[in-house]
Amino acid sequence: MCYFIYDRMHIPDGVLSWKVWASLDAAALPAVGLAARQAGKNLEEQGIPLMGVMGAFVFAAQTINFPVGPGTSGHLVGGALLAVTLGPASAALVMTAILITQALIFQDGGVLALGANVINMALAGVAAGFLPYHYLGGGSWRRASIFLAGFFSVLVSAALALLQLTISGVPMGMATVGISAGFFLVNALLEGAITLAVAEGIEAINPAWLRKPAADSGKLTGVFAITAILLAAVGVLFASAAPDGLERLLGWSGISESKDHLIATPLADYQVNYFSSEWLRKSSAGMAGLTVVYFLCLAISRILRRRGSS
Amino acid sequence: MQASPLIEVRGLTYCYPDGTKALDGVDFHLSEGETVALLGANGSGKTTFVLHLNGLVSGSGSITVCGMRLEKSNLAAIRRKVGLVFQDSDEQLFMPSVLEDVAFGPVNQGLHVGEAKERALEALQLVGMKHAGGKAPYHLSAGEKRRVALAGVLVMNPAVLVLDEPTTFLDPPGQRELVNLLKRLPQAKIIVTHDTSFASALATRAVFFSSGRVAGEGEPAALIKRFEWSAS
Amino acid sequence: MRHVQLEQFARRASYLHDVDPRAKVAALGLFLVSTGTLPAVNLWAYLGFSLILLVGVALGNLPLPFLLARASAVLPFSLTFALISWIAGDTQRAIALAAKSFLSTFAVLLLIGSTPLPDLLRALASLGAPAVLLMVIQFLYRYLFVVVEQAVRMRLAALCRGGSAYSGGHSSAFQRAAGALSVLFARSYGRAEGIHRAMLARGFSGQLPVMTPSAFRWKDGLFIGIAASLILAVRIGYASISTY
Repeated sequence: MCYFIYDRMHIPDGVLSWKVWASLDAAALPAVGLAARQAGKNLEEQGIPLMGVMGAFVFAAQTINFPVGPGTSGHLVGGALLAVTLGPASAALVMTAILITQALIFQDGGVLALGANVINMALAGVAAGFLPYHYLGGGSWRRASIFLAGFFSVLVSAALALLQLTISGVPMGMATVGISAGFFLVNALLEGAITLAVAEGIEAINPAWLRKPAADSGKLTGVFAITAILLAAVGVLFASAAPDGLERLLGWSGISESKDHLIATPLADYQVNYFSSEWLRKSSAGMAGLTVVYFLCLAISRILRRRGSS
Repeated sequence: MQASPLIEVRGLTYCYPDGTKALDGVDFHLSEGETVALLGANGSGKTTFVLHLNGLVSGSGSITVCGMRLEKSNLAAIRRKVGLVFQDSDEQLFMPSVLEDVAFGPVNQGLHVGEAKERALEALQLVGMKHAGGKAPYHLSAGEKRRVALAGVLVMNPAVLVLDEPTTFLDPPGQRELVNLLKRLPQAKIIVTHDTSFASALATRAVFFSSGRVAGEGEPAALIKRFEWSAS
Repeated sequence: MRHVQLEQFARRASYLHDVDPRAKVAALGLFLVSTGTLPAVNLWAYLGFSLILLVGVALGNLPLPFLLARASAVLPFSLTFALISWIAGDTQRAIALAAKSFLSTFAVLLLIGSTPLPDLLRALASLGAPAVLLMVIQFLYRYLFVVVEQAVRMRLAALCRGGSAYSGGHSSAFQRAAGALSVLFARSYGRAEGIHRAMLARGFSGQLPVMTPSAFRWKDGLFIGIAASLILAVRIGYASISTY
């Protein structure tokens, strides 16, 4: 799908269905408010000038080409790099500022679609770009963790965008989804490589600029986090392309019981009214299930971390 | 009878985080009406020194400004007395428009926005940039940015003006304009500069920095000759 | 840079420029929601909305060809989806997609072309957006041109020294690009420190400046009233909400 060849994950207005953009706008508002409040706590340091200038930096960084093959080059997206230097809240805020500026001034991405784009790139993308480094960045996995940070931030952003497009009813068959997945996999690998290369360059100039990863919370937590993210991203892909495959996946991991339980209660009436077609119902339920899995993993890793440090 | 100095610095020492000494026991004084040029090689400590004068950097030693000892508790008051014009005008003009930027100081001092803007216009008038109030800073030339930066400092009625390499990026006519402008201002001035003709035109005294210490002090022309500090 | 042109239009004078930014934001919001919830393809609705936009262009004294060109920037992206829809047999969606995206983008351009960004941010502040976010946008916008120009100069300098993007093999070119970005990062960080010092030097004490907007006038209310009437008139004509 040409969309991802352009290496742009910004969704324009007019593509998403009104339920999708409206609910994502509603979801994004409090999240951004939270990020703003969190980032606003450290204003005695460089604070706002730093965030603003770093936003300008990401813009400028996107103009620098990284050659990867004959006639092809990629560029930095930036969510992961911001996350490992500024921390998740500030990075999320800077990415939000970038997306708003892109939508308004450069007509890159829609205005009503801002909720979707913010969730994809500024929130989920930054989180996926922060967690691997945070949990695995100390010790011998450091370089890999930075690569994974870049890799996952693009992977998660693109997967979410893809999901939103399919839920909106854009008729992408399995082939299209497959091709897109291929493209954004390449973009994700590129982002990983570029983020790592630039982060190492930055560290060489001033090691203090890379944030300290979590103190020795163990590889296990990191692996949990990575697995959770990977599950979420892959699951989202499945939900987009092959709803039956999703059911099979959930059947394998033995959660199908709980999945039915979930669907039977809070989501039951909601999804019957919400969607008109069978597979949309399943995929959104599956997505919800996956989100629960993801947060479960996160909760488990938190508990493990606390046990480990006491 | 000697008037008490506006600025009195004794034994100022400062080390960078990595341990290198930027300043090593610097003594300095500035009296009313004086214009002092700070000369010296790059990295000799001139800029680090002036950043101490309004508490942006804090080293050990004593600094007294207008009778106030420089401490955390009176930073706000001292920053009103010492106006610093930075070398990079782009870093100094950070607001979206010229008028807003010049009004930034008074607004922080607690003035009402309308009054702050009036004072800003007066300051812009002083530097000959009154017409540029609504412009965005990146539309200005280097000389214009410098003048606006100066206005942003003058609007706070400082007792001392500190200018860090003010002739950077200025063409000769721009430099001449700046000299004339500075001559008209009554405040005592400290000018960090590489431009020896600029220094000679304005300064009554010069201080030569070398490796974080004061290596010489006196009349600008004499100092320039002694340290062979001319470009030809 | 393109955004410089748009900004110069934003500083002109016209009826539209004079309207309170909050009124324009409200009108834009209504317009976007109205186009965004249109059911299926309806050429009369598209025509109606286009006419409303043209009225806006006239009121704003803005150059139509320029706006049309800028709005077309969205087409490579939305037409891709349109193409996919068309190939899959959903011609309705394809047309709707293309039309809606273009109309939305044009409407946004009307707002930006008639409202300087700082005023727009002030309007958003009074509508409840977090001050921190708006200040970050303000600083980002202020230094956007500066940092991009710096990046361009770095690239030119590298080119002058014989380093084209592909010379010396891909991996060393890759490393060079990474090195350039690290240096740009370092300079940006230093710049942020300098800005922070300049703010402190003029008395900044951590308090975010309160962005007070000007008073809302009856003529701004009139603008909203008329814009809303026109937009809703076109929209209500097609009462049912979009099925997709």
